[in-house]
Amino acid sequence: MTIKVLTANRLTDGEVVWYGADGQWRETIEGVSIARDQEAAAELEAAGKAAMGANLVVDANLIDVEDRGGELYPLRLRERIRISGPTIDFEPRRKPAASAA
Amino acid sequence: MYRYDEFDHAFVAARVEQFKDQVERRLSGELTEDQFKPLRLMNGVYLQLHAYMLRVAVPYGTLSGRQMRKLGHIARTYDRGYGHFTTRQNIQYNWPALADIPKILDELAEVEMHAMQTSGNCIRNVTADHFSGVAADEVADPRPFAEILRQWSSLHPEFSYLPRKFKIAVTGAEHDRAAIQTHDIGLHLKKNEAGELGFAVYVGGGQGRTPMVAKKIRDFLPAEDLLSYTTAIVRVYNLHGRRDNKYKARIKILVHETGVEELTRQIEAEWQALKESDLKLPQGDIDAIMTYFRPPVLPERPEGWGALAAAKKADAGFAAWVDQNVTPHKNPDYGVVTISLKPIGGIPGDASAEQMELVADIAEKYSQDEIRVSHEQNLVLPHVALADLHAVYELLLADGLATANAGLITDIIACPGLDYCALANARSIPVAQRISERFGAAERQAEIGELKIKISGCINACGHHHVGHIGILGVEKKGEELYQITLGGSADEITTVGEITGRGFSSEEVVDAIEKIVDTYLGLRTSKEENFLAAYRRVGAAPFKEALYGPVSRAA
Repeated sequence: MTIKVLTANRLTDGEVVWYGADGQWRETIEGVSIARDQEAAAELEAAGKAAMGANLVVDANLIDVEDRGGELYPLRLRERIRISGPTIDFEPRRKPAASAA
Repeated sequence: MYRYDEFDHAFVAARVEQFKDQVERRLSGELTEDQFKPLRLMNGVYLQLHAYMLRVAVPYGTLSGRQMRKLGHIARTYDRGYGHFTTRQNIQYNWPALADIPKILDELAEVEMHAMQTSGNCIRNVTADHFSGVAADEVADPRPFAEILRQWSSLHPEFSYLPRKFKIAVTGAEHDRAAIQTHDIGLHLKKNEAGELGFAVYVGGGQGRTPMVAKKIRDFLPAEDLLSYTTAIVRVYNLHGRRDNKYKARIKILVHETGVEELTRQIEAEWQALKESDLKLPQGDIDAIMTYFRPPVLPERPEGWGALAAAKKADAGFAAWVDQNVTPHKNPDYGVVTISLKPIGGIPGDASAEQMELVADIAEKYSQDEIRVSHEQNLVLPHVALADLHAVYELLLADGLATANAGLITDIIACPGLDYCALANARSIPVAQRISERFGAAERQAEIGELKIKISGCINACGHHHVGHIGILGVEKKGEELYQITLGGSADEITTVGEITGRGFSSEEVVDAIEKIVDTYLGLRTSKEENFLAAYRRVGAAPFKEALYGPVSRAA
């Protein structure tokens, strides 16, 4: 099976978080808890439900990832963008240089 | 401009207090997400891919300088220094923390703004022609009636749990800049032969997965009957609209399934019972609201005619901007300025806190303290003296706000798409940016002329792709983004839904495909005066399909 990891948004600020191998929610996918079989996936799912129940996170979901040479690569673009943030230069730039005219 | 009365202040303040308590109870765990979600949605709070999103209402797209400055302040204080103006004349903040949202709503209430009814299955923020009250071609300013509808629909107990969301748009000119025929109710304010005000009423327009053009069910509804008739429409919809299937729940489906004639009969029957009720608008009430929208007293500025001509001669960039972004005002000494939020290669509709503050300053000094947000994701300064245009241009230019592209191929509507949106299947903004860069040269845009490109990142069609002269719809296919192209859509007084050209294009291919379409148009137009839409309506899809997919074999 494809391997799965658990991700969610933090309740207080909506920040994207992943469920770490240490049982803590973290802001990067590094050190995430990886499910390589059904049983482990079920455990992660339960952890997600528990965390939603405990009002730590919302929208907890298992997502499919591939292990690409030690780096976790989500199969869906949506999840890759959740890791990278918007793919555009979204924060305001400094004022453009004054017109050359 | 409209100013809140005591009742407005009280209900907005009460709502902020109520939501503050709901957020506190959510954060403490007293409310579950299932309990909280409908409450937050009623206050414009979504959960997107990376964060919460707050959508703030800009009623009928009209703002004062003070309000715009507050929007900038919120962007800087609670968000990441920018906001996104939407196709519904609202503004969205992409990064607010849930815990901060009650404070943001407090700040908005200070300047008579709120986020109610910007989501959820209720009557949404009423939109209007962004040139209302100033356009030379207008019969009457439709905003007083938009305000009456706002007051009537705000927290309306009967219409807070409709089968689905409900959008109303108004225009007061023959040339429709408010896309009224793509709304659940579209209202065209006009005068009858006796010079009385009334509305042509359209019902059942909408985009999304089942695009439909609204049907006219009344050619002239007297203004005093606006609320009784609208109530009758929404009541019939509330009773009979489908609640079994989210995708069939909009009034357009009810119109389609019931038939226009039968539905009109039901509405008229309901209306007969309401017509003489207290929903009938007394002329005194209409007049009172109209007072708020009385045109400002504009000093005569005839010196602008000569000054403008001289400045245009001296500054080619200014001349191009005036020709493209300034439209006629009712008062010939004045112009209506479109501030493009579509810099070449930029993000459609985004504005930084500094830009919002600059626009606020300019509006206070040069535009009678008034700003508009257009559904095309631009801003408008409605009352700028021709004599002041050059000064305004210089100020805008210094902050990247003087792109001379209103209505041109780079004036692209795009939804936030998969860069932000939890519903999206594909990105919109990067496609808009690449098209903008491809066609960004001023001479090339001028050569192409009026051409509206609209991009949505999913079938919900927030980017209005169905009614783009060229529409682009992003979908996900086998884990990749794929873009379908539609041609020939329009959202003006002759509203049409675009036709799909054929198979979609990859992200790498899509800009080339747009270029092929544009080149095909340039090759077949009869003259420069025949714009893209007119040419498409004349020749149909065939030449464009051939350019995109190669010649179709013609069986004998």
